Amino acid sequence: MSKREVDDFSGVETTGHEWDGIRELDNPMPRWWLWTFLACIVWAFGYMVFYPAWPLLNEATPGVLGYSSRGELHQEIADVKASRAGLIARIENLPLEEIRRDDDLRQFATNGGRAAFAVNCIQCHGSGAAGSAGSHNLNDDDWIWGGNLEAIETTLLHGVRHAADDESRYSEMPAFGRDGILEKPEIKAVTQHVLSLAGQPHEAEQAEAGREIYAENCAACHGETGKGDREQGAPNLSDSIWLYAGSADEIERQINVPRHGVMPAWGGRLDTVTIKQLTIYVHSLGGGE
Amino acid sequence: MGNVVLIILLGLAAVAGLIGAARGHDALFQAHAWVIVAVSLAAIVVLLQRLDRPRTAEAAEGYADGVVRYGVLATVFWGVVGFLVGLVIALQLAFPDLNLGYSFTSFGRLRPLHTSAVIFAFGGNALIATSFYVVQRTCRVRLALGGLHWFVFWGYQLFIVLAATGYVMGVTQSREYAEPEWYVDIWLTLVWVAYLLVFLFTLFKRKEPHIYVANWFYLAFIVTVAMLHLVNNLAVPVSFLGSKSYSAFSGVQDALTQWWYGHNAVGFFLTAGFLGMMYYFVPKQADRPVFSYRLSIIHFWALIFLYIWAGPHHLHYTALPDWAQTLGMVFSIMLWMPSWGGMINGLMTLSGAWDKLRTDPVLRMMVVAVAFYGMSTFEGPMMSIKAVNGLSHYTDWTIGHVHSGALGWVGMISFGAVYFLVPKLWNRSGLYSLRLVSWHVWLATIGIVIYAAAMWVSGITQGLMWREYDPNGFLVYSFAETVSAMHPFYIIRAFGGLVYISGAFLMVYNVWRTIKGSPETRDVAAGAVAPQAA
Repeated sequence: MSKREVDDFSGVETTGHEWDGIRELDNPMPRWWLWTFLACIVWAFGYMVFYPAWPLLNEATPGVLGYSSRGELHQEIADVKASRAGLIARIENLPLEEIRRDDDLRQFATNGGRAAFAVNCIQCHGSGAAGSAGSHNLNDDDWIWGGNLEAIETTLLHGVRHAADDESRYSEMPAFGRDGILEKPEIKAVTQHVLSLAGQPHEAEQAEAGREIYAENCAACHGETGKGDREQGAPNLSDSIWLYAGSADEIERQINVPRHGVMPAWGGRLDTVTIKQLTIYVHSLGGGE
Repeated sequence: MGNVVLIILLGLAAVAGLIGAARGHDALFQAHAWVIVAVSLAAIVVLLQRLDRPRTAEAAEGYADGVVRYGVLATVFWGVVGFLVGLVIALQLAFPDLNLGYSFTSFGRLRPLHTSAVIFAFGGNALIATSFYVVQRTCRVRLALGGLHWFVFWGYQLFIVLAATGYVMGVTQSREYAEPEWYVDIWLTLVWVAYLLVFLFTLFKRKEPHIYVANWFYLAFIVTVAMLHLVNNLAVPVSFLGSKSYSAFSGVQDALTQWWYGHNAVGFFLTAGFLGMMYYFVPKQADRPVFSYRLSIIHFWALIFLYIWAGPHHLHYTALPDWAQTLGMVFSIMLWMPSWGGMINGLMTLSGAWDKLRTDPVLRMMVVAVAFYGMSTFEGPMMSIKAVNGLSHYTDWTIGHVHSGALGWVGMISFGAVYFLVPKLWNRSGLYSLRLVSWHVWLATIGIVIYAAAMWVSGITQGLMWREYDPNGFLVYSFAETVSAMHPFYIIRAFGGLVYISGAFLMVYNVWRTIKGSPETRDVAAGAVAPQAA
C-alpha cells in the first residue's frame, strides 16, 4: 500500500503516502522547535504555580505569590494616595485663597485640576478651555456668574440650571419672540441696539429705535449700558465676547427663543478636594479675579 | 425530479417569507422577509428554465468543480467588496465627515460590514471553495451527497446577504464577528451542517488509504466553527416574527463566551482553515514534498488542543477572574510553537525549490503569506502577555495585529490559491499575466507593511498617552488629545489599504482575462480528470 521512497534533493525518506502528487518527507521535528515548545510549556506551568490558575470547587488556586489584579490596583491607588496625603489634607483644610498663594499647593492643585478637567470638562469647554457655542470660554475675563475663586467653586459645586440641585445657578431670559412679548420689528430694533452697546457695526436709526425697548425689557437684568449683572447671571453685552455668537442673526435668535445651557452640578460627583483643584486650575487659565 | 422537489421547497420558502413580510413585528424583519421572497422567486425562475435541460457530464460524474468555480468568483467578488468597505471606514476614522450623517453610512454599521465581508464572505468562500477542491483531489472521489454542495454554496451566499443588509439597516445582536440576529444564525447553522456532512461523507468514501493533513485542518475548522457558532449565539428571540433577541449569557460570562468564540474564530476559521489551504497549495505550487509529516501531526493536535483555551487573553484586567486570565495567557504562550509548526512546514517545503521564487510569483505570494502568518502568530502570543497587553489592549496595535494576519496571511494565501485554481478550473494553460501577479505580490506586501507600521506607531503612542501620569499621579492627556494624535497615522493606514486594494484590482483583471481566455492560454483540452483515473 505505501511505498517509502527517498527524496532526491534532501536524501530524506518519504512516508510512502501520496495524495494528488503530494508526498511527505519523514523529517524529524526541528529540535529548536521542539525545545522551544517544551520550554513554553514548562514556563506556563511555572507561571500557573505562582499566579491564580486552576478553578477548584469553591475558588481557584491562588498561586504562591498571592497575586490578584484587584489587589494590584488597590495597592497602586493606595501608594498614590499615600504619596499625596499631605498635600491633599492641606488642600482640604485650607481656604482657596491660601492654596493659591502657596507655591507647592498651587502647582499640585493646578496639575490635579488639569487632569480632572481633561476627564470631566473638555467635552463642552474644549481641551484648551476655549469653550464652544453655548459653553463658556474659561480663558478670558468675561464671567457670567463671577470669576473669583469662590464664584468659580460655587458654579462647579452646584452647576448652572441643574434641576436636581436647589442651589444651582439659575437665570432664565424670557422668550421675547416666541411668547409674544415683543413684535418682530421691535426685536430687530433691540438687536441693533445691543450691537451698538457692544460697539459693533449697526444701523444707527434702528438702534436708536431699540433704545427704549431695551430700557423697558432688558436693562433690568443686563443693565442700562449692557454691562450685565453677575448677581442674576445676566451676561455682559457691552463687550465682543458672546456665549453663542455675535452676529445680528444670532442675537435676534437669542432674543426670540433663548437657549438655556446647562452645566451639571459636580458637587455630588467629585470630592471636595477635586473641586478645589478644578477651581484653582480654572482660575489660573487667564481670567481669574 | 430533484428540481421539482426543490421548486416546491422554494415555493414554501417564498410563502414563509410573505408571512414574515406581512406579520413581522418590525420593519427590519419585514425587509429581510422580502429578501427571502425575492431570492426564493429568483431561484424558482432559474430552476424552471433548467427543468428540461439534460444534466451535463460534469454534473453526473468527475469532480464537482462547478461549485469551486462559483466559489472562486465569489471569493474574488466579496474580497473586493470587503476591502473597499475597509478603505471607507479607514477614511472615516481619519475624516469623520465621511460618515455622511446617515445611519446606514455610519462607522458603527459599516465596521461589522467590513469585518464580516472580509472574514466570512471573502475568507469563508475561499475556504469552502478550496476545501471542496482539495478534498476531492486528495481523496480521489467526487463530493458526496449529490448536489448538496450547491445548497452549501448558495445558502452561504444568502447568509452573507442577510448579514450584510442587516448590518446596514441596523439589525445586530452586538456580538463581535457574530452580529447577525437569531434567524440568520439558524440559517447559517443549517448551511454549516450541510457543509460538514458533504465534507465528512466525501472523506468516508475516499479512495486513498490515509486522510491528507490539509483535510484534518479543514475538518477541524468546520467542526469547531459549528460548535463556536452554536454556543455563542444561544439567544431567546423576543418574537419569532421579530428581529430582536436576547443572549443566553450576561455579564462577564457573556464577555467570556464572546471571546471564546471570537478568538477561536481567529484560531479555527482564519488559522486552521487556511493552514488546510496552505498544506495543499504550497506543496502543489512548489512541486515538493511536505517537509515533515511528524511535525504536521504534532503541531496539528497541539494547535487544536491549545487554541480553544486562549480566548480569555482578550479580557485581561477586566472583571474576568484572575485564574481565567492566567490560563488565557499561558495557553497563548504555549500556542506559539504549534502555530509556527505550520510556518516551518510551509517554508521548509520549499527546500529544493527556493529558486522557483525568482520565476513563480504565485509561489512568492504564498511564501509571503506564510511569512506573515509566522509574524502574526509570534505577535499574538506576545500581546497576550499581561504586561504587554496592559499597553496594547484597546489600542490600534490590536488593529495592526489582526490586519497583518488578515491581509498578510489570510488574504495572500487565498490570492495564491485563486491564482493556482483559476487556470485549472477553466482549463487554461496558465494565467493571463504573471507580471500582474508579481505586481500584486508587491502591492499587497507594501500595503500591509505600511498599514501595520502605522498601526504599531499609532497603537503604542495611544497606549503610552493613556497611561501617562505626571509626578503627582495625575493623568497628563485627555482622551480627545490622544484621538487627535492618531490622525496622521489614520491617513497613512488608509493609504496602505489603498495600495493593498489596488493589488486586488489587478487580481480581478487577471482572473477575468484568464477566464475569458486567449488563443495562447486556451489550449488545455481535457476537463477535470475523472476520479477513476490514477
